[in-house]
Amino acid sequence: MALIVEFITDLVAQGLQMFLVLAVAPLVLGVTRKVKARLLRRIGAPVWQPYIDLWKLMHKEAVLAHNASWLYRVAPYLAFAATWVAAALVPTYATGLMFSWSADLIAIVALLATGRFALALAGMDVGTAFGGIGASREMMIASLAEPAMLLVVFSVALIAGTTQLSSIAAAFATASIGLRVSLGLAMFAFVFVAIAENARIPIDNPATHLELTMVHEAMVLEYSGRHLAVIEAAAALKLVLYFSLLACLFLPFGMATVDKSFDAQAFGVVTYLGKIFALAVLLPIGETAVAKMRVFRYPIFLGGAFAAGALAVFLLFVSRGF
Amino acid sequence: MPAYVGLWCVAGLLAVAVAGLVVGRRPFGWAVVYGASLLASVVGLATASWHLLVGSAPATLNLALGLPGIGASFRLDSLTAFFLIVSNLGGATASLYALGYGRHENSPLRVLPYFPAYLAGMNLVLLADDAFSFLVAWEFMSLSSWALVMANHNAPENARAGYIYLIMATLGTLTLLLAFGVLAGPEGNYAFASIRAHQPDTLAAALVLALVLLGAGSKAGLVPLHVWLPLAHPAAPSHVSALMSGVMTKIAVYGFVRIVFDLLGDPVWWSSLIVLAVAGATTVMGVLYALMQHDLKRLLAYHTVENIGIIFIGLGLSLAFRASDMGLPAALALTAALFHVFNHSIFKSLLFFGSGAVLQATGERNMEHLGGLIHRMPRTAIAFLTGCAAISALPPLNGFVSEWLTFQAILVGPELPQWGLRFMIPTIGALLALSAALAAACFVKAYGVVFLGRPRTPAAGGAQEVDQFSLTAMFFLAALCLVAGVLPGPVIDLIAPAVQDMVGARMSPQAFLPWASIVPIAESRSSYNGLIILMFLAASGTLIAMFIHRCATRATRRGEIWDCGYPDPSPATQYTSSSFAMPIRRVFGTTVFLVREKIVMPRPGDTRAAQFHVKVVDPAWRYVYGPAARGVLRAAGVLNQLQFLTIRRYLTLVFSTLVILLLVVAAWR
Repeated sequence: MALIVEFITDLVAQGLQMFLVLAVAPLVLGVTRKVKARLLRRIGAPVWQPYIDLWKLMHKEAVLAHNASWLYRVAPYLAFAATWVAAALVPTYATGLMFSWSADLIAIVALLATGRFALALAGMDVGTAFGGIGASREMMIASLAEPAMLLVVFSVALIAGTTQLSSIAAAFATASIGLRVSLGLAMFAFVFVAIAENARIPIDNPATHLELTMVHEAMVLEYSGRHLAVIEAAAALKLVLYFSLLACLFLPFGMATVDKSFDAQAFGVVTYLGKIFALAVLLPIGETAVAKMRVFRYPIFLGGAFAAGALAVFLLFVSRGF
Repeated sequence: MPAYVGLWCVAGLLAVAVAGLVVGRRPFGWAVVYGASLLASVVGLATASWHLLVGSAPATLNLALGLPGIGASFRLDSLTAFFLIVSNLGGATASLYALGYGRHENSPLRVLPYFPAYLAGMNLVLLADDAFSFLVAWEFMSLSSWALVMANHNAPENARAGYIYLIMATLGTLTLLLAFGVLAGPEGNYAFASIRAHQPDTLAAALVLALVLLGAGSKAGLVPLHVWLPLAHPAAPSHVSALMSGVMTKIAVYGFVRIVFDLLGDPVWWSSLIVLAVAGATTVMGVLYALMQHDLKRLLAYHTVENIGIIFIGLGLSLAFRASDMGLPAALALTAALFHVFNHSIFKSLLFFGSGAVLQATGERNMEHLGGLIHRMPRTAIAFLTGCAAISALPPLNGFVSEWLTFQAILVGPELPQWGLRFMIPTIGALLALSAALAAACFVKAYGVVFLGRPRTPAAGGAQEVDQFSLTAMFFLAALCLVAGVLPGPVIDLIAPAVQDMVGARMSPQAFLPWASIVPIAESRSSYNGLIILMFLAASGTLIAMFIHRCATRATRRGEIWDCGYPDPSPATQYTSSSFAMPIRRVFGTTVFLVREKIVMPRPGDTRAAQFHVKVVDPAWRYVYGPAARGVLRAAGVLNQLQFLTIRRYLTLVFSTLVILLLVVAAWR
């Protein structure tokens, strides 16, 4: 009986975290847009505008090109599912997720790659120059960002002695890991990767349209209606996923780890939301401070992340003490 | 008993080869040959699986063939059985595919006799238990595949490919011959059992390792010995390309594992350093070069080079751990390598079958002339997509599992005592991560340009779906990709006896863990569950689709392409394979491949077309083979003078050679 109760509470906790990230994702996006608007001396749309946008898109007719294949219609759902599953495996307010053992941090990175693969193919489906340019550049950025991300994964895994994200978070939140050179380097690399993967300035500009500088937006240019709504939701989810990862790897305080009482969990939720929205405020501040880069300067930016990640891993291979 | 069955399969295949000579020109000759090959391969597959599943003891067999007094010995142990599964699975699916694909062969007599002979040769290499039969089988395999490469010998590039292949194959067999010579020692006992019995000294072991890396590496495609592979593999008919890329490179891996892990005895730690360095270079060079290709089959062949690199990373890690007596990590790394052997043989065969289907439907291998095939060949498109996703190491398919296992082995690296390895292993980890991401880019390009978009030529626009046999073979392999990715535990357990024999340890049994997850070392450390991931993906995908269909409007309209308001009906405005690869060419190409881009822009008013040239140079040609070829030519020029001597001088030459050799022998004693 107690076992069943535990099973159900675990399932509820898992489901709650899954839907929490989904529910909060558009709001986080709204906050970043609002802050950015204020920094640019605009009033900006209300913070819940992304919800309204999604609702509007869902009720618009979807226009497909004559030669769009089934892949074009399936890809948004696949990308969303992959991102959502990855997000569900990242601990938010409490560690010890029910299904955390089914995929570790490496698998989470690979799941995001699955989503990207689907969208890049969809970008090529109709056969336009914009779709091609977006897909090509997205894959180029990914081919530079993914190895840097995996090096970050290696360094945190070597410190915690596990690649299981829940265990890493628990180790970082409870054990005295302290300030480490390798963790600092890994965080530096992670932030760079997160900026690139979420198509933010200086890599990509989520606000542009009709410009050759855009990458992600060019790739999904042909989408409209409900398909676009799903893609936008997936993008928002991905941003929250990276915020959650940053929070649980490098700012793990406040998470409910050992103590699973209601108070601890409530405190966990509050600190989690605090961290996420703090990051949502910091991101546009950083974005307004720098200019968008030329495409062929990306390797320098992401090469920096790769070098920092590699240095962190090298230090840890030399000694676990770094 | 199973060893007998294995040899009977080989004999059967050889008989089919002879029959191929007879029935080749008859109507339905191809059906007889491929049907019989399919049957023999299935029997071989069943035998090998039975041997592994029952867990029987190694079976040996000595036949009075070959050298007098020695005979030919054959043995079926767990390593052989595992590789027999790989080779016969490839052979069976290739035969099935060829039942449909092979009927269009222009000159059947150039393919039909050699195809079963080639299968027989590969199986014989795996079964051989002494150096002599191993080398004979190896050479037999090389020559029969060479004949298949030359099947369409009228094309000048095929003749060149065959010539280069012949040189590289000869070199490989020569170095393997020398390696066995060193291993056999002064007693000259060439049976594997007696080689295994005595441990060579360090110098001899180093020499053997170098020779095997050359010999097996040239067949597998290790950089810089890979140059023949992207020429020869695409030249053969597609089902043979699949076998060459998917299976024969694995036979080479078998040769390496058999000699270095089994016969050579305990490794020294720096041998793993060499293997890892070569493997890391192979991985990244292979995938970067694949990205630069616009010939679909050549792209796949270059990608084989990358995967061989991944396999050798696993082998190198295993050697490193074994040298430091870390049994479990060594088993993990070897399992990862052998799992990738299995996976790569599946999805590379699948992709080559797909490229054969495209070739058959359109007559084109050049991706710049294809496009939009997802509408005209919908089933091939689904199977090919599965292969692309699997080879890009995307969960929940099988390619991800073996790369994940390799990453887990890399993360044990800091526990090694040697500093050299502690610096090498993170570098290898970074290179592996880089190549995984580049592979995804490569296959988005391949699939996007060939199957998506709009047809670029009338040939692509008028393509027809291929026959049922080809589709069955492709879907069978695609299903295997999914099954091996979702249920990796049984595959790991299938590999485990071979790993146990090679490194003396094995991963704990994985097949019956709860929820079919896999746990490489300890549950607290890492675990992966493809089944749950698949279920999760399906559930969340269904959930969102249901939500959208319930709450959103279903109104859908077909319209013109949007393209920012300026759609151009010409298919030439699409992204091509070269333009897709351009950013990556810019980032990596200028340093790695010495890429030179040239734009010829006519003056205003000039009606000539503008031109864009890209020149990509494989550094192996420029820095290794070019100088080597020039050296050989120069040496031949010098030695040429020996042809024009007088009889007196020849006699002097012979006499002085004799004296020198006698002096050497005297000094040696």
